[in-house]
Amino acid sequence: MVPRPFKVKEIIRESHDTVTLDLQPEKPEKEPGFAPGQFNMLYTFGVGEVPISISGSSSGADSYLHTIRDVGKVTHALASLKRGQKVGLRGPFGNAWPIEQAKSRDVVIMAGGIGLAPLRPALYALLSQRDQYGNISLLYGSRTREDLLFHHEFETWKGKYGVQVKVSVDTADRDWKGNVGVVTTLIHRVSFDPSNCIAMICGPEIMMRFSAMELVQAGLEEDKIYMTMERNMKCAVGFCGHCQFGPAFICKDGPVFSYDRIKPFISTREI
Amino acid sequence: MNKPGVIDREGLNRLIQTLIGRGYQVVGPTVRDEAIVYDNVFSIEDLPAGWTDEQEGGTYRLKKRSDDALFGYTLGPHSWKRFLHPPERRLWQAQKDSLDFDIVPEQPDNTKYAFLGMRSCELHAIAIQDKVFIQSPHTDLHYQSLRQNALFVAVNCGQAGNTCFCVSMQTGPKVEAGYDLVLTEILDDSHHSFLIEAGSEAGKNILEEVKAGPAGAGEIKKAEEIVTNTAKQMGRAMETGNIKELLYENLEHPAWGEIAERCLSCANCTMVCPTCFCSTVEDVTDVAGDHAERWQKWDSCFTMDFSSIHGGAVRNSTQSRYRQWMTHKLASWQDQFDTSGCVGCGRCITWCPVGIDLTREVAVIRESTTCQEENFSGSEAQNENS
Ligand SMILES: Cc1cc2nc3c(=O)[nH]c(=O)nc-3n(C[C@H](O)[C@H](O)[C@H](O)COP(=O)(O)OP(=O)(O)OC[C@H]3O[C@@H](n4cnc5c(N)ncnc54)[C@H](O)[C@@H]3O)c2cc1C
Ligand code: SF4
Ligand code: SF4
Repeated sequence: MVPRPFKVKEIIRESHDTVTLDLQPEKPEKEPGFAPGQFNMLYTFGVGEVPISISGSSSGADSYLHTIRDVGKVTHALASLKRGQKVGLRGPFGNAWPIEQAKSRDVVIMAGGIGLAPLRPALYALLSQRDQYGNISLLYGSRTREDLLFHHEFETWKGKYGVQVKVSVDTADRDWKGNVGVVTTLIHRVSFDPSNCIAMICGPEIMMRFSAMELVQAGLEEDKIYMTMERNMKCAVGFCGHCQFGPAFICKDGPVFSYDRIKPFISTREI
Repeated sequence: MNKPGVIDREGLNRLIQTLIGRGYQVVGPTVRDEAIVYDNVFSIEDLPAGWTDEQEGGTYRLKKRSDDALFGYTLGPHSWKRFLHPPERRLWQAQKDSLDFDIVPEQPDNTKYAFLGMRSCELHAIAIQDKVFIQSPHTDLHYQSLRQNALFVAVNCGQAGNTCFCVSMQTGPKVEAGYDLVLTEILDDSHHSFLIEAGSEAGKNILEEVKAGPAGAGEIKKAEEIVTNTAKQMGRAMETGNIKELLYENLEHPAWGEIAERCLSCANCTMVCPTCFCSTVEDVTDVAGDHAERWQKWDSCFTMDFSSIHGGAVRNSTQSRYRQWMTHKLASWQDQFDTSGCVGCGRCITWCPVGIDLTREVAVIRESTTCQEENFSGSEAQNENS
């Protein structure tokens, strides 16, 4: 329940409102390691604490990367931190993307906006054992091209690892040559075998719901589709009750859920 | 565990003194602000002698009894959670100098509480909170410390209230497990005594010091009759068969909207409920900004902030909040903790300012067969990516 002291080791500006912080433990003894999909609770002095997913590689790192979109009080304080400043960190919490289950299958990753951050560790994990997986696709939707995260890595993912990377924006300027529109339209532009495929989705709830419906249309079974849920979260250890989503606590049963499990709830308003 | 004994009022006083002598902070029923509340008890003089309560949906009234019963009431607005899971407590403090700050955690509370006059439903409620705070992947060390130190002196209910339904929830009225000592108050024209039994080694040990007389067959039979009789007086009942499926299948039932027309979203029901455990945290700083503290406070799923995420609250309508509360109590709790979240104490009915009664609302949903279609608004489909 008590935050551990971490220092900001590096700051990477990702876009006009998003930064990645590299957070290093002050006492670098025994970091527990983490699995792709897990998150930490980050505390800035006197301001507050929020859940933020880990966005870096899960293998061998001695620090945590966190990609934070400045949307409010605490995220603004986090995004304004300077190198060397201290933050409190609790975690890692939560479950993981189905990296093992995806072995010898095609993988479709769908992200909306900041939703690519929690999926990047999953992609890294897949690519670190590239030969174990079939076709890998990344379908990424963003508001504008300025909001695209990690775009400098797209070429490596495409060229070196043969990932089918497709990007779409909601609003495009004249120079934009790519797709415009909702991310679901990209599903038909990549090849995967729906009978032997795992999908991982992270983005706004509405985007995940439509993406899952579209993937089912395309032939995926509901239990092969995974997504992360977001709710208010105070404790991250199952005590505060805030992150309940139907029968689940997002902090300890999630944040990753299979679609078949949460379908009745994700399609109910205000649950 | 061992043979029941009998004590009189003086014996009960000896019990209280024995507990105090052993370092316990004894907490029990006392009359304050026209209600029976749990507070420190130093002798039997502090107990609500001759008082009872009348309860109905939205009403609670103290009334004089014709006798001097000490436990002749049912339940007040307090539950023991206010001691084991207090309404607010500091989690840690932090001190800042230049760029750095240091966090000092709060040490777990080592108070030894002895709770006097606990009812069967209340013991069940604590067993339920144990599942939340102890028997889960993480342990709340503060709760665990208080819980392990606490001693439970229970009472078999001599009468049921109008909003009680422990029989439906299989949580009472007879105290069967989880207690250290249990009393049954026996009153007739000439006698005022208490059958007393130990339910643990600690209870047995204390009982030896209290020096109870041996119970006769008549007293044992009488005590048995008292609690059997109470079981027949339940003011409410709730049909619990398939209740989880019933509620999950009716998330869009018109009843929720109908309840919302009455519900004030005041959160009373969650505050008085002995199993509701939700909390929030508040980060505070001093004026200079060098000292910060984090406090944990009871919270309620009826507040707007409870479900707020960047962009607004998930549960904006009263209807969705009441649905969350009741569905959690009676359905999702089963998935989460393998037990119902309701022990049938009736507090939420009594203390609801408009008398909303979950037993009735469940019955309304059960009796109807209508299942509303899911109802999406088309406008939501915009802005998919943001
Ligand atoms: C498991 C999980 C992983 C997340 N990963 C990331 C990530 O990698 N990058 C990222 O930028 N964002 C992530 N978020 C969202 C991020 O936590 C919110 O944007 C942040 O909490 C907003 O807080 P604020 O004070 O800046 O916003 P404000 O709008 O000022 O405040 C919102 C209020 O809601 C509270 N709150 C509690 N939980 C949440 C929540 N889940 N979402 C929004 N508000 C919340 C805040 O503490 C605050 O009181 C994640 C959320 C969850 C649940
Ligand atoms: S839901 Fe109501 S009746 Fe059930 S335990 Fe809570 S307060 Fe008592
Ligand atoms: S049900 Fe009653 S007590 Fe609960 S929030 Fe609504 S009005 Fe308040």
